[in-house]
Amino acid sequence: MDFLIMLLAAAIASGTPLLIATLGGILNERAGIIQLGTEGIMLMGAVTSCLLYLRTGSLGLALLAAAGVSAALGLIHAFMTVSLRANHIVTGLAMTLFGTGLSAYLGKPVSGQPMPAPVPKVNLDFLDGVPVLGELFAHLDVFTWASFALAVLLHLLIHRTSWGLHLRAMGDNPATADVMGIRVQLSRYLYVTAGAILIGLAGADLLLVYSPVWNEGMTAGRGWIAVALIIFARWNPLRALLCAYFFGALDSLGFRIQLEGTAIPSYFLKMIPYVVTILVLMYLGWRNRGKPSGSPEALGSPYIREQRL
Amino acid sequence: MNAIPAVDMRGIVKRFGSVTANDHVDFQAAKGEIHALLGENGAGKSTMMCMLSGVYRATEGEICLNGKPARIRSPKEASQLGIGMVFQNFRLVQTLTAAENMVLGEKGSLWRGRGWLKRKSREIEELAARFGLGFPVDRPIWQLSVGEQQRVEIVKTLYRGADIIILDEPTSVLTPGEAEQLFATLRQMRAEGKTIIITTHKMKEVMSVADRISVMRKGRMIASLAKEDTDERELARLMVGKEVVLERKERGEAGTEPLLAIRRLKAAGHGGRQALDGLDLTVNRGEIVGIAGVAGNGQKELAEVLNGLHEWKSGEIEFDGKKWRNASVRDTIEAGISHIPENRMKSGLAGSLALTDNLIAKSYRSSERSSRLGLLRGRANKSWAAEQVERFDVRTPGIDTPVRMLSGGNQQKLLFAREIAREPKLLVAVHPTQGLDVGAADSVHRMLMDLREAGSGVLLISEDLDEILQLSDRILVLFGGRIIGELKHDEADRAVIGMLMTGMREAAAAAEAEQVSSPDRGKKEALV
Repeated sequence: MDFLIMLLAAAIASGTPLLIATLGGILNERAGIIQLGTEGIMLMGAVTSCLLYLRTGSLGLALLAAAGVSAALGLIHAFMTVSLRANHIVTGLAMTLFGTGLSAYLGKPVSGQPMPAPVPKVNLDFLDGVPVLGELFAHLDVFTWASFALAVLLHLLIHRTSWGLHLRAMGDNPATADVMGIRVQLSRYLYVTAGAILIGLAGADLLLVYSPVWNEGMTAGRGWIAVALIIFARWNPLRALLCAYFFGALDSLGFRIQLEGTAIPSYFLKMIPYVVTILVLMYLGWRNRGKPSGSPEALGSPYIREQRL
Repeated sequence: MNAIPAVDMRGIVKRFGSVTANDHVDFQAAKGEIHALLGENGAGKSTMMCMLSGVYRATEGEICLNGKPARIRSPKEASQLGIGMVFQNFRLVQTLTAAENMVLGEKGSLWRGRGWLKRKSREIEELAARFGLGFPVDRPIWQLSVGEQQRVEIVKTLYRGADIIILDEPTSVLTPGEAEQLFATLRQMRAEGKTIIITTHKMKEVMSVADRISVMRKGRMIASLAKEDTDERELARLMVGKEVVLERKERGEAGTEPLLAIRRLKAAGHGGRQALDGLDLTVNRGEIVGIAGVAGNGQKELAEVLNGLHEWKSGEIEFDGKKWRNASVRDTIEAGISHIPENRMKSGLAGSLALTDNLIAKSYRSSERSSRLGLLRGRANKSWAAEQVERFDVRTPGIDTPVRMLSGGNQQKLLFAREIAREPKLLVAVHPTQGLDVGAADSVHRMLMDLREAGSGVLLISEDLDEILQLSDRILVLFGGRIIGELKHDEADRAVIGMLMTGMREAAAAAEAEQVSSPDRGKKEALV
């Protein structure tokens, strides 16, 4: 029982940055833009917040700076893919390489320095005596609560508002959205930028909450996992919540097993989440064969009104 | 027309790069009429209508609506001016429901909860019912039939308050019955004072539904006539610029030497149902056998089995004196079977490849096309391709042009060039003139006749009864995966075939004094 609760708590802790990054990715892809720059934008978000937090000691400024830098990266991605009609995949990969390199350079002076203060927690003392719930939810940090709220809010936005309707239409069939009077290009800019901000904040969360020391390449592939989680969650924010925690649990499972002391080499234990991803994707692909994948139809294709088809 | 026209487009010029799609075109439509814009594929009809609906912007010229100059710079502005367009390829988001598709872009509150959507759905249902247009409002579009999707599109324009409604090739996707229903709706919309413009290349429709007819040819406006003052023959002449004969083709005796014999063929369809259910069929050398039938009765599977694209479960196929087991696509190509598939851009041609590459797609293995090491003989292939383009009269900017840049008719001619240049023993042609204009359809028909004269067999699968009657030596009617009627071309009667197509064998037999020859089994199904 204890093991299970520890695992769940660890799942939430390591799942939160994944969740925020996945939500950002969902916003991008729902608008029809593939975002493979996740890893790079997360790293840039992490290193910016680290630098600002160490220098000013203000959490607010650190977050603002992370949001600003990732918004800039998002704008570049939008300009490349929407206006210049560059290939989304190449642009995204370039973004990741760029972000990885630049963050390593910027972070060099602060590498290994611990953060001045931990992120504030929301203490729900009345839950303290309650089994399970108390252990899981009584002392979570603000970011984690914010990510819950964000998943729910995005779900409502996408499925219950006119903006969401337009977003879905734009990702599935921009030509239709256009004749219905939706400004496709402008909206795509907005969603790509908003999505990039979330991805950058996911990096900040990773650094400020999960492992509060900057290391070069500290995301360790989490950006790529977030990309896979988008598909896993079938572009749905609430499913993303479950998938991110599932993945977070797998991530910490290897660690826990190691602590128990087994003969399995740690390299194999670290593989668990990735092997399970492949297996689950295979299973889902097989189970949903013949059904629409849920992927936005126009994902990855530019839209120009006068182009002849 | 004395009154101010609802739509008045003057001196419209539209250029795409160096191509001029519309060259100083004038177009007027009066309020409350059904106006048909007639023309071949590529005549510039759709381009004109796209400018009226704000998708394209005119290079030159002006548009007046109800006498007032209008500036239409985007679809949004067109919609605000009361113009709605039903595109040939529907503009519907497949994953959204019909109701959601209609409220897209609608101003109002941000919150779109279930209750709000329910209210809107009811409103839309009422509107649809008023025009006799039924469709499920709360199922995603991809689950609706093509006819239903078109109804969604029409109601969408009405819902958005359009007074001028444009339909681009509205019947190209409909069955004859659905088309009749559509025309009834259009008449009702006219009665409510809407101005309706349809673009089409089908003469029959024009005569049955339009009040006025404008004819376009090669980007120019040729004539604008009232229906009473013209007839099909004149319109056809105006449209293609020359007389087109719509009569049965002259021919010699059909061959009698059997080429293809199919016995008791059974095959499963894509959905797992029995698509071919004991089908018997023979095709002789030098004979065109027409397969009539409503789509979905096994036509697709039959064509695919013969081209190695589909497995069959039981039965026998004998081709050119040899028994077949499940053959691969390559086997059928080498055996001398050519295929004109249903959808030329999906399984016929590779859109982004050049003409040459498409032309050699089935013969590239031969020693004339590639050397022994497998390298293509580039220069020889190009000059051969140029010859074929010349021979089959494919109009193209060059043989290095990607095929998707050609018009539909030229694509089809190119496809025929590839399939016929191989001198096939058998050609399986599925809907070979679908979406083609009169001129291109005519040259396709001529190619089929030439092939017959050369001693090849042709299996013509088509939904177009005129085409079948014009070309076939024998007509077989396919229903429920088997042949339920066979008619010689001289005893073929449209009404009888029509009844057989819907499975009414006994009624057909009664209608025709003499017995229609066909196998005995199948009688049970015939009553379905």
